Amino acid sequence: MIAIEQVSKRYAEHVVLGPVSSEVPAGGITALVGPNGAGKSTLLSVIGRLLDPSAGSVRVMGHDVQATKSADLARIVSILRQENRLEARLTVRELVAFGRFPWSGGRLTFGDQQHIDRAIRFLHLEDLADRQLDALSGGQRQRAFVAMVLAQDTEVVLLDEPLASLDPKHAVAMMRELRAAADDLGRTIVIVLHDLNMAAAFADRILALKDGQICVEGTVDEVMQDAVLERVFDTPVRVHRIDDRPFAVFTP
Amino acid sequence: MTVRTASERRLLPALAGVTALLVVASLLVGGYGISLTGLFTDPAQLEMFLISRVPRTLALIFAGVAMSVSGVVMQLITQNRFVEPTTAGTSQWAGLGMLLILITWPDAPVMVRMVFATAAAFVGTLVFLAILRRVRTRGPLIVPLVGIMLGAIIGGVTQFLAARADLLQSMAAWSSGGFSGIVQGFYEPLWAAALVAIVVWIMADRFTIAGLGEGIATNLGIDYRVITLIGISGVALCSGVTSVVVGFIPFLGLVVPNVMRLLLGDDLRRSLPWIAIAGVALLLACDLIGRTIVAPMEIPASVIMGAVGAVAFVAFLLRGRQRA
Repeated sequence: MIAIEQVSKRYAEHVVLGPVSSEVPAGGITALVGPNGAGKSTLLSVIGRLLDPSAGSVRVMGHDVQATKSADLARIVSILRQENRLEARLTVRELVAFGRFPWSGGRLTFGDQQHIDRAIRFLHLEDLADRQLDALSGGQRQRAFVAMVLAQDTEVVLLDEPLASLDPKHAVAMMRELRAAADDLGRTIVIVLHDLNMAAAFADRILALKDGQICVEGTVDEVMQDAVLERVFDTPVRVHRIDDRPFAVFTP
Repeated sequence: MTVRTASERRLLPALAGVTALLVVASLLVGGYGISLTGLFTDPAQLEMFLISRVPRTLALIFAGVAMSVSGVVMQLITQNRFVEPTTAGTSQWAGLGMLLILITWPDAPVMVRMVFATAAAFVGTLVFLAILRRVRTRGPLIVPLVGIMLGAIIGGVTQFLAARADLLQSMAAWSSGGFSGIVQGFYEPLWAAALVAIVVWIMADRFTIAGLGEGIATNLGIDYRVITLIGISGVALCSGVTSVVVGFIPFLGLVVPNVMRLLLGDDLRRSLPWIAIAGVALLLACDLIGRTIVAPMEIPASVIMGAVGAVAFVAFLLRGRQRA
């Protein structure tokens, strides 16, 4: 689904990523984890053609993201970064409707409206649909932006820390909704997560980066091991099993 | 698509009505007495009407469209509500371009001056955006401060060059934003503003999306750099033409888009026609005030606009600070 080949990114002499190679399979949720500055957001931005790599290439469903026209790519892959303009005076519905732009070019058809309605329902935004974004809480606004990329109806959805600024209740709700998008809508989701245990609870696969390199990748159970995580995070970790799920505790 | 509020339903027709009245008033008010009946019975009145009053009113309309549309486009491109041609230095660059052509080629045709002013405005806006890219802290107040400082520097250079070339007086007369000298054969380049407004309206969705930031625009398949370049070209053309024909009109591009934004939101497809209409109304009102309060003398519309706009600018800044 996503083929990453020898991708690297450097600024002047400073290498922030790579070279890394990997293959993200179709379907399910892949979580990118790792310490600060490991290159998670950089890798995600390169996959979503928001950043050009210094070397290497990324193919999404066979399309080279640098060579493919951006407008065509927008129907295959969507990407949401952290910094979203907070003060936009658009209603939630107007924002979500812009998710249809790659398909509609601005003229919304009946089919577009259905996609918009579905995305709004999916994120439980019905009651807020006509509210202005600048009148919403951080978490509500975050859900509105996620609804926008779901309305975009792309096979691949890339999200950079969508849980930032969400409290536990809304973070869990968001992860459930993304889980449903993967399971029910068949999307392939790649998500940068800060919270390792969120990744363990909701993702299918974990890809751990460290110092711009892929430190380890595999299923949740393969990655959630004491020795593996200590290598990734450079700090003592114990993985416990609670309710038959792995749970990482950083030793104080 | 969106539910319109009751205030919108009442306010927008009222705005359209007021604008229409202002257009009629602008056509009839002035030193030379013109009445509706006189237009049909007195050939001299009709001639004066066509040579002076119609061009002046059309110039006001186009300049109002030019500055308000430029304002909203710049605000979307920079994602900052305080930016418009006179707070970003764009108009001052246009003035510099205009002066350089006055010095080097005093008898240059209007079209050549226009091209020079537009080119200078374009370069100046690129410089402004390049500086912004290098400024680390992009707080909402930093952006207009950078623009105002840049504009002040360019304005200072222009003043210096004008003083050296003994053109200070013509510079002052030309940049003060007067519509009193507008006659047939002089205002026509301002039609460019209408052209720019139409192009911006056709591309309205793209500009709205660009206003959401480069990341979201790219995600939706829009080439952010192309949109920015088209936007800057339109702004430069509007500023260049307006500067040459009528001079600077400060703050119009700031006040109108911000007020309309509060009423109609950021969806440019919906708000652009109303931004243009409100820009026309405000400029017509300023010009009418300037024409009547010291009649038979005139105060340039830009002076009235500057007084109104400066107060509004400070009010927006204070409001913005509270929210930030």
